[in-house]
Parts: sequence; structure tokens; C-alpha cells
Amino acid sequence: MRVHVTVNGAQMTADDVWPGESLLYVLRERLGLPGAKNACEQGECGSCTVYLDGVPVCACLVAAGQAEGREVRTVEGLASGAGELDAVQEAFVECGAVQCGFCTPGLIVQAHSLIAAHDGVPPDAEIREHLAGNLCRCTGYEKILDAVRLAARRKAGQ
Amino acid sequence: MDFLRATSWAEALRMKADRPDATPVQGGTDVMVEINLDKGRPAALLDLTPVTELTEWSAESGNIRIGAGVTYTRIIAELADRLPGLAQASRTVGSPQIRNRGTVAGNLGAASPAGDSHPPLLATGAIVEAESVDGLRMIPIGDYYTGVKRNALAANELIRAVHVPVRQGPQYFSKIGTRNAMVIAVCSFGLALNVAERTAGTGIGSAAPTPRRAVEAEAFLAENWNPGDPEVGRRFGELVAAAAAPIDDVRGSRDYRVHALAVMARRTLGWAWEEHRRTS
Repeated sequence: MRVHVTVNGAQMTADDVWPGESLLYVLRERLGLPGAKNACEQGECGSCTVYLDGVPVCACLVAAGQAEGREVRTVEGLASGAGELDAVQEAFVECGAVQCGFCTPGLIVQAHSLIAAHDGVPPDAEIREHLAGNLCRCTGYEKILDAVRLAARRKAGQ
Repeated sequence: MDFLRATSWAEALRMKADRPDATPVQGGTDVMVEINLDKGRPAALLDLTPVTELTEWSAESGNIRIGAGVTYTRIIAELADRLPGLAQASRTVGSPQIRNRGTVAGNLGAASPAGDSHPPLLATGAIVEAESVDGLRMIPIGDYYTGVKRNALAANELIRAVHVPVRQGPQYFSKIGTRNAMVIAVCSFGLALNVAERTAGTGIGSAAPTPRRAVEAEAFLAENWNPGDPEVGRRFGELVAAAAAPIDDVRGSRDYRVHALAVMARRTLGWAWEEHRRTS
């Protein structure tokens, strides 16, 4: 089947999509967007987190056909231009919140959604809860929490 | 495998009538896991996410009618005051990403004994609104679960909504798991007090072939309406544990589940009574 989806502002078409295929597979294998990572394929790890109509979801659990006519924003679409970084990406780099990097795109999209919804710096408990569906096996999470706090502080002008 | 995309409720019912072998899909948090991990392959997927009739809830004569497309995130944000037990259970589902997609109707469709929304639905006496081209059926929650991952839906029926009575007193949900997120319940318990009627509803999760009430525990409490009495709480816990029929599996042992249920039942009753004393 054919799926039409707007990804990072561009209208895209994927052909020969198998009806049981996930949005994640379509993004990575058919539309050339490997930012969202394929790890657990059961919604446990959050590495495939993307925005679907502005709401962060696990792309592995969205059937490709369910994305028909909808808007997807992936980690590739967070920064305003080529060669630039979004503020959350910048904070991850500065804080050393990246080690192997596999969980990073999902964490950045999920953290981006938290900071976008907040005017100030969210309490630690809220940051932890918001990121509870994103697993990282390298960092121990402390640097990731630092990066989220830094990005939130900057957005709040602190 | 086929992909059917319903754009209205009437079309969804026609599609399900034509293809009773189609698996309805909302958030995909169960259905897509099965497909991704090749544990099962439905003959067809019936996508209900475009059906806008399903994405709202409404207050109707003492109940909240929750459309089959309302996510856990929205129940937590919009219904915690009126359906506190269901909102508490919703907070324990998966992760934010899962709660942004998953629905109570999906939990009912899967009918896993471990589904988090079942205990509060049982404790409050919810009603499942199912429909097919043959008509509408209102299925009391006590008649809905028929076996492990089995429910009372006919092959051509779809869940349209679930009707959950508005709180008549404190409600609590308790769940055992190894961490605070992404946990399938080892076992769980839901309690809903009806203070005016001096009764309590119960729901046991993940400790029997289906979610179930603890009927004798409810009867005991109604006859001995003194929830603040530690002895009543202890006996209530024992009777809840006695109503369970758990198995040993990868998540926990039978004995642990029985013990944990007695503790959760006693504690939730204590929390509920404390809240009642504090607020009345």
C-alpha cells in the first residue's frame, strides 16, 4: 500500500508498504530518515520516539497506515536549519549526555516535548517521570538530567 | 494481511461485519508489539484512529462515557477528579509515550489479566458499550472478561465506549512491579468506596485467569462497615487474597502474589478511609 505523510514539514510518499509495517520502518527504510532508532520494537526503550501530530510516541508502535495524512517530526527536524542544532541537542552535547548515542535521538525528542510544554525548569521528579520510557545503558542518566535542566534554564532565560 | 482504514463509526461497523477476522487497532501498544515480534499476525488491521466519534468523553447521568479513542494521557489530565481510581491506574501504564497512544478500550480489547485499567473498572462497576451492525450492547464489566485474553465481544462487534460511574468516595489503585515505569503488573488491586451506601467495590489484576472482583471481601466490608478498624482491614486483605487464583510465572510467584494482594487491599482500604476522614 501507499502511505502519504508529512515529515519534518515535507510531504512524503512511501510505496510498497506492508500493512503490518511500523511508522519506524517507513521512516528508516523507505524515507531515508535513520534518526529514530530501532531497538526493542515493543515500546519499552523509547529510542524511536517521534512527534505524531505534535504528540511524542514510539514510532515502532504506530502502524504505518495510521500515519496516513498526519504530521511527523523526527529528531532530524528539530533544528531550524542544516548544520544547526536545536537547543536540547546543544545542551546534550555540552553536558556530555551522549555516550554510545543509540538512545540519544529518542531522549532528545522526548526531552524536547517536556521543555516545549514548560516555561520554567521542571522539577527533577517531573523530568524523571517524563523520561521514564527512554532507556540509556551508558550514561547512568545524570548527564542527561543535567542537559535537560540546562536546556530548560536557557529557554527560561535563567 | 490487509489494512482497513475506517473514517467514521458507521464505516468501522461495516468493515468489522465484512471482516470479522480483522483486529481493531487504536494506539497499537499491544497489537503492534505482537506484529513486530512475530507473536501473531492478524488477517487484517482495522484502524480506528481516524474515527473522530471515538476521541471524546462526556458526562452522562452519573457516569463518564469514555470514547474508545480517549488516551490514558487524557484520562489523567481531564478525569482524575471524577474517576480517581482509573486515573491512578492510567498513571502506571507504560511510559508517557505509551500513555499518549494507549486507550482503556484497547486494554479491554486485549483483555489481558494484567491490564492496568481492569481493577478500577471492576471496582466501580463499569459498563462496556459494544456495537455491531446488529445493534448496541451494554455489557456489565463483571460479564465482560471470559478467559485469559478473552472477552465477551462477538466477532463482528467493536468497543465504542466504556461507561465508568463517577466517584462516590475515595478510590485507590495499587500495583506491584520492579520499577516505577514500563511495568506489567506482578499483581494489582483497585478499591472504590461508596461512603453513602457504606460499601466498597474491588478489582484484582494479574492474579487470576481474568481480572476479577473479590466478592466475599466486599460482602464482609459491607457487613462490618468499620474500615478504620485494623482488624477489619486485616480480614478484608485476607479475603481479597483468597479471591485470587494466581500462578507462578516470570513476573512473580503464586505465593508472593497472594501475600502482596492482602497487603495492597489492607493498605488501599486504610488510605481510602484516611482520605474519607480527612475530607468529610
